[in-house]
Amino acid sequence: MSQNATPALKEWPLWEVFIRSKQGLEHKHCGSLHASDAQHALQMARDVYTRRQEGVSIWVVPSATIAASEPGDKGEFFDPAADKIYRHPTFYEIPDAVGHM
Amino acid sequence: MGAQATTATAAAPLDYLLHLADNALILGQRNAEWCGHGPILEEDLALANNSLDLIGQARLLYQYAAQIKGNGATEDTLAYFRDVPDFRNYTLLELPHRAPLAATVAGDRDYATTIVRNFLYSALMALLWERLQGSPDAHLAAIAAKSLKEVRYHLRHSRDWLVRFGDGTDESHARAQSALDHLMPYTQEFWTASAHETAACQAGAGVDAGELRTDWNTLVDSALAEATLKRPSDKGYVTQGKHGVHSEHLGFVLAEMQSLARAHPQATW
Repeated sequence: MSQNATPALKEWPLWEVFIRSKQGLEHKHCGSLHASDAQHALQMARDVYTRRQEGVSIWVVPSATIAASEPGDKGEFFDPAADKIYRHPTFYEIPDAVGHM
Repeated sequence: MGAQATTATAAAPLDYLLHLADNALILGQRNAEWCGHGPILEEDLALANNSLDLIGQARLLYQYAAQIKGNGATEDTLAYFRDVPDFRNYTLLELPHRAPLAATVAGDRDYATTIVRNFLYSALMALLWERLQGSPDAHLAAIAAKSLKEVRYHLRHSRDWLVRFGDGTDESHARAQSALDHLMPYTQEFWTASAHETAACQAGAGVDAGELRTDWNTLVDSALAEATLKRPSDKGYVTQGKHGVHSEHLGFVLAEMQSLARAHPQATW
């Protein structure tokens, strides 16, 4: 059982790439790429997505580990929120000092 | 050659700067051959990034050299209007991206050759730029500090692929080993000081590359062990590129690189 090394993958798995553009901002999804492992994915993301100073930090996440909502669930997931305008706290007076919220 | 160009206490000799600049330019030009032909899109970009780093280093060094040379010299006259015997790059850097073949045979480019060469050269330059950061020639020290960050990434990138190839499939291992067997003897040229390197050391501005050999061996041996590759002998003929005596390949590199500038001198865009 353990005498066989892991067989080489024919296809490199897919990774999602997240870049933080500067300190204090959140990482944002910017694309995806195929790579053989996490280290490999990081280096490729560096070469592909940060050539024009787009980032100060990179995350890569195996796409297979992301659980996503189904497009078919759109109706029951998201549509019921459409007519609940009272959930937006638009009736508060925001003091000028608070600035942009 | 006037010393008016710099206020540093120990200016690097012109030929030493040209040696460093030519190394960067010729390898940059070679690696740029992969642009649009990389094995995968991400590596295509990685090699183009690598080339642009190297050409950027060459420009800074040529600009500084042109200042010292005076007489209307510019970075462009140094890059585009010198001929094969004037170039002072290591022979290693002008070789085609493939196993040894006769001069103009158009073989397929071999990525293992590209990676092994980048690794052997980057390992040297990571050590050399680190030392040159402390050069009393302030201008050269500043170029070294910028180049060091770039070459550390080149070393990381090429080492990573070297290990993946060596410790990969039977074919990738065989190709990495054959590239290593082919290229290793050319690294002997790193260690025997040329007259301009000696002059730079005596002036205090340069670094004796021979002193870096032990550290270079450590970097190389650890990567080769991880890659399960055998270190070949590096004995035999010592190439003379840095003395201006080149292989037949440099002429072809220069012909392609210089033809536009020579056909349209003074062209701007």
